[in-house]
Amino acid sequence: MEFLVASAIGVMTAGGIYLVLRLRTFPVILGVSLLTYAVNVFLFASGRLTVGAPPILRDGVETYTDPLPQALVLTAIVISFGMTAVVVMVGLGAYLHSDDDHVDDVPEGETAEEQP
Amino acid sequence: MSHWILAPIVLPAFLAPFIVLAARHHIAIQRTVSLAGVVALVGIAAALMMQVSDGSVLYYRLGDWAAPFGIVVVADRLSTLMVLLTVVLALFVLLYAVGSGWDRRGWHFHALFQFQLMGILGAFLTGDLFNLFVFFEVLLIASYGLMIHAGGNARLRAGVQYVLYNLLGSTLFLFALGSIYAETGTLNMADLAERVALIDPAASVGIRVAAVLLLLVFAIKAALVPLHFWLPSSYAEAPAPVAALFAIMTKVGAYAIIRVYTLVFPPDLEVTAGLHDVWLQPAALVSLAVGMIGVLAARRLDRLVAFSIIGSMGMVIVAISLFTPAGIAAALYYIVHSTLAGAVLFLVVDLVRTGRGDLRLSAQAPMFGTALTAGLFFAGAIAMAGLPPLSGFLGKLLVLDAAFASPLVAWVWAVVLATSLISVVGFSRAGSVLFWKAHGTPGTMLPEEAVRPAWLSYVAVGGLLALLVAHTLFAGHVHAYTLRIAGDLFAPDAYIAKVLETPGKLSTPTEGY
Repeated sequence: MEFLVASAIGVMTAGGIYLVLRLRTFPVILGVSLLTYAVNVFLFASGRLTVGAPPILRDGVETYTDPLPQALVLTAIVISFGMTAVVVMVGLGAYLHSDDDHVDDVPEGETAEEQP
Repeated sequence: MSHWILAPIVLPAFLAPFIVLAARHHIAIQRTVSLAGVVALVGIAAALMMQVSDGSVLYYRLGDWAAPFGIVVVADRLSTLMVLLTVVLALFVLLYAVGSGWDRRGWHFHALFQFQLMGILGAFLTGDLFNLFVFFEVLLIASYGLMIHAGGNARLRAGVQYVLYNLLGSTLFLFALGSIYAETGTLNMADLAERVALIDPAASVGIRVAAVLLLLVFAIKAALVPLHFWLPSSYAEAPAPVAALFAIMTKVGAYAIIRVYTLVFPPDLEVTAGLHDVWLQPAALVSLAVGMIGVLAARRLDRLVAFSIIGSMGMVIVAISLFTPAGIAAALYYIVHSTLAGAVLFLVVDLVRTGRGDLRLSAQAPMFGTALTAGLFFAGAIAMAGLPPLSGFLGKLLVLDAAFASPLVAWVWAVVLATSLISVVGFSRAGSVLFWKAHGTPGTMLPEEAVRPAWLSYVAVGGLLALLVAHTLFAGHVHAYTLRIAGDLFAPDAYIAKVLETPGKLSTPTEGY
């Protein structure tokens, strides 16, 4: 199971980084989402992998799973979800304004319109 | 256990929704509430600073759960200094935003401003690495809204870059936190300090990876070369008062480096040896050089100031990376200076934009309010370039003096002095083109949108400059105080003992564990 979790994190991170390095908004946002999935699984694994063990104290139970990473992951999921929503809105606004969804800078000489 | 330590976090957190829900259509009420809140924060921050100025550590357990199980908020001399700096800066920035009318050019400026303050102040006060992450996210999500305030094409594009870059930084932060938790089983900073010291150097791969990842995250926040790419566009395109407030955001990164790499991974720790002098210091010297060369190369005034921020952050990190009490004290002195100087320059950029219509560094007809704006730019440029008589000069002198302890002393001296010269050339070129050449180019007309800046704008910039002058005049007192802070940081036993040994709910003797 360790191999499965580790390789899942690795594959998602690799795919995420590849997509982030594209120049268009859509693949970049997908890549960021993949990276946040990878980090969520990684945080889960940071409390050691145990299957079927309860997270809170009970009578007659010997092995427990660490409850803290689950709380951390919950926070991280909420935050990354909100952030992705923000970046989708800002990216959409930028695309609709300029009819261009490149993430990189326009070279300095070519910016025709100045901001007021 | 005083509850006041929570006030810098709780007060903005309540004011922001109040402004959104109750006063969204009444700009006068928004302004009053926002300004009153920041004035109150200045008072609270000053009172907190007075309380800890004798070296004691203020400490608050949320829900009374004992550390390291519960969430703790800790205020020592370092965090209260940063809190006071932030709220004083926020006061003048808010005055400028009100005076120049920036807060009316889009929705929810004041609410976002309060959330931004909550995030920054929380990051300075938290005693827990995961909450540092949470407050980073609070300040970032507010800054995304502020950054694209008033909209516009170029600003939205810069906003996308800024948001994406910081999202990647947050992901990296979570990876770092995950590996730290996996290695030590705690995220409370005081607890970490004790547990990291126990790790066997022979089996330290995980914690070393975590320390480097964490340093990368803070370096992104501090805009250290080669992780600085997000800064020039976003600071140049952000509305002027927002950019001026962002002058403290890079310092959040510097604060985090100082806090974590003196408390959790101190310089004498074997597992992270070499991180400071082999990696951090050269990167800082390169950022100093890149920033100041960028000042010389910039073709627009806003980019010029943005690059000078990178340069000044390089200077701060050079001083931090010495990791001696003298170095940290010099860094703290310079942090206060460069925050104020950066804010002054960003506000002057907006005065130029208001009075002239654009920011290209080319000769045009004289702008509205040339004399006063030129005077303020002159003073701001002197401060940022580090010429006497303002505090930038003293700050650089302190850094150079502290650098004698480093093996790279020759490099530090050479880079600091050379980049000072380059930045002086860059600033004087920009100033002479903007303000002096204007009188030699008759026949050109100002664009129609150019107007005389409001008097309150000048008051705000003048107030920040007055603070810089005070920072220079009382340099002896300030430096003595920062030396005491540095002394605290290198003897963290009081901090650790306060956090871990104060009894809380879990450790009362009657209940036991």
